[in-house]
Amino acid sequence: MTAMDAYNFAYLDEDTKRMIRRALLKAVAIPGYQVPFASREMPMPYGWGTGGVQVTAACLTPDDRLKVIDQGADDTTNAVSIRRFFQRTAGVEVTEETEDATIIQTRHRVPEAPLQEGQIMVFQVPIPEPLRFLEPRETETRRMHALADYGLMQVKLYEDIARHGRIATAYAYPVKVEGRYVMDPSPIPKFDNPKLDDSPALMLFGAGREQRIYALPPYTRVESLDFDDHPFVASKADHACDICGATESYLDEVITDDQGGRIFVCSDTAFCRSRQEDRQ
Amino acid sequence: MYVAVKGGERAIENAHAWLAEERRGDPAVPELSTAQIREQMTLAVNRVMAEGSLYDPDLAALAIKQARGDLIEAIFLIRAYRTTLPRLMASTPVDTAAMAVTRRISATFKDAPGGQILGPTFDYTHRLLDFALLAEGEVPPAPTALTGPAQDMPHILSFLDRDGLIEEATPSDEPPPDLTRAPLELPADRALRLQALTRGDEGFVLGLAYSTQRGYGRNHAFVGELRIGTCPVEVDIPELGFSVEIGDIELTECETVNQFTGSKTQPPQFTRGYGLTFGQTERKAISMALVDRALRWRELGEDFTGAPAQDEEFVLSHCDNIQATGFLEHIKLPHYVDFQAELELIRSVRAAAFASREAAE
Repeated sequence: MTAMDAYNFAYLDEDTKRMIRRALLKAVAIPGYQVPFASREMPMPYGWGTGGVQVTAACLTPDDRLKVIDQGADDTTNAVSIRRFFQRTAGVEVTEETEDATIIQTRHRVPEAPLQEGQIMVFQVPIPEPLRFLEPRETETRRMHALADYGLMQVKLYEDIARHGRIATAYAYPVKVEGRYVMDPSPIPKFDNPKLDDSPALMLFGAGREQRIYALPPYTRVESLDFDDHPFVASKADHACDICGATESYLDEVITDDQGGRIFVCSDTAFCRSRQEDRQ
Repeated sequence: MYVAVKGGERAIENAHAWLAEERRGDPAVPELSTAQIREQMTLAVNRVMAEGSLYDPDLAALAIKQARGDLIEAIFLIRAYRTTLPRLMASTPVDTAAMAVTRRISATFKDAPGGQILGPTFDYTHRLLDFALLAEGEVPPAPTALTGPAQDMPHILSFLDRDGLIEEATPSDEPPPDLTRAPLELPADRALRLQALTRGDEGFVLGLAYSTQRGYGRNHAFVGELRIGTCPVEVDIPELGFSVEIGDIELTECETVNQFTGSKTQPPQFTRGYGLTFGQTERKAISMALVDRALRWRELGEDFTGAPAQDEEFVLSHCDNIQATGFLEHIKLPHYVDFQAELELIRSVRAAAFASREAAE
């Protein structure tokens, strides 16, 4: 596959893009509801972000500036691979600056820098169904969503507290959207959950293998599930970044030797770099 | 001191270059041509076409070469290519009764109109390594029949059908759903289930079929007929007002006759399972027929025994090897962020547990 000219702008044909855009419109109209869509086989494997890639492809215009992150970083291998895919197939400008990007495709993180109106966040989603590990059958979970029958989830969270003294979910922490649908925010750490609430950016979620799209329109109410006496806490490692000194950013733990040595650094590489540049 | 993990782009490029070199292997050994793969690795080509859902032996051979013989990777290449192709038109239904058969056997009747043709099968070979092949020996030509295959090859199950001993296969002009163009919705009708099974992973479908034979959703199957051969594919050209043949494809078709004792709604009658696959892929076609039959419990008024092969949602959600391998292998991708969140959680839970233990002591 040398001549990418043989493919349409952003790889997908226009009919497929239209089909995805229709699903996106429906998803925006019913925040948090999982819309089935006819996901295509993409030239990267399922599990590598095929849902996010299809959503990005359907949203991209030649004037867009794209940022792609994986684990918060612009230079992880899969982020590099997806960014290159769109550089080759769409020729769009790319950026690492959260503020400059019009579309940000992400796996597992929401950037630290505040998002703005007009920006689109595209999340890669492995398992879109927040009830999946409580009830494996799709036929059953669809019924539960239709009836807003979320008792099973409440019981699970309660059992966590009974057993561990806290809700034992650290990422992909379930949220309730506009008081109606329980939604999986994708496997972002729960630290990032508050960033979804009342965000000025449009947030789109694509699950390729599971053939689902869902969305949070700008300024949507997104509450992390909790109990009055066990309120939700957005936790992170209790350290500052060892490179830039940030205390409010999500941190990766890096093992530095075999003597138990470790440091903590920002998971959002663009955020960390801009703070280092500001200090100089 | 910590050095940020940079250079992902260069690592990827170098990995690709290394992969290409490994694919080629020792340059002192002549390179395989795709024609050689197509002609001499035919059953691999057939599997790639069947599970890739694209009938093109040359592209399947190319995919096998590019994938270094990893058939699931080759199927993936074909699927990714197939999905970009425009749908120009749908063919008229292929008439497998008009198949030019190279193999046709029935396990239920000793003889039937059209006869039995063993064809090119491993069935009665002794599985002894043929060391002569190490020396690239040429094979003598196989004898050919004096008369060509019989003109008329009616489906063997139609004889049972005539006597009302087997359930009727009711024809339908309903256009079948297209799994590759609409999201899978459950419950699925039989046409959609068959579509999923025919492109499903051979190993997975085989395992499920085997499980029905061992009692997990047992429906005791006889191979009523297994036929392999080529069928013409025709399309209707509206401007011409008639259909035009656009080529031949090789197909394997398996019809099973299954035991059935009757139920609240049905008189005792044999029932059917059906398998149809691209190329000579008979293990797959037979497996497909058994699983098809197991999945039909509801319409036949049978009990759901909880067997995996009866469970439509379980079977259809997990039979696609491209979906399965993608999701399985994606756990190789970095998960630092989620793992970090888990680390924080387990540390805090453990700290709380130690604190309460100390308080108790």
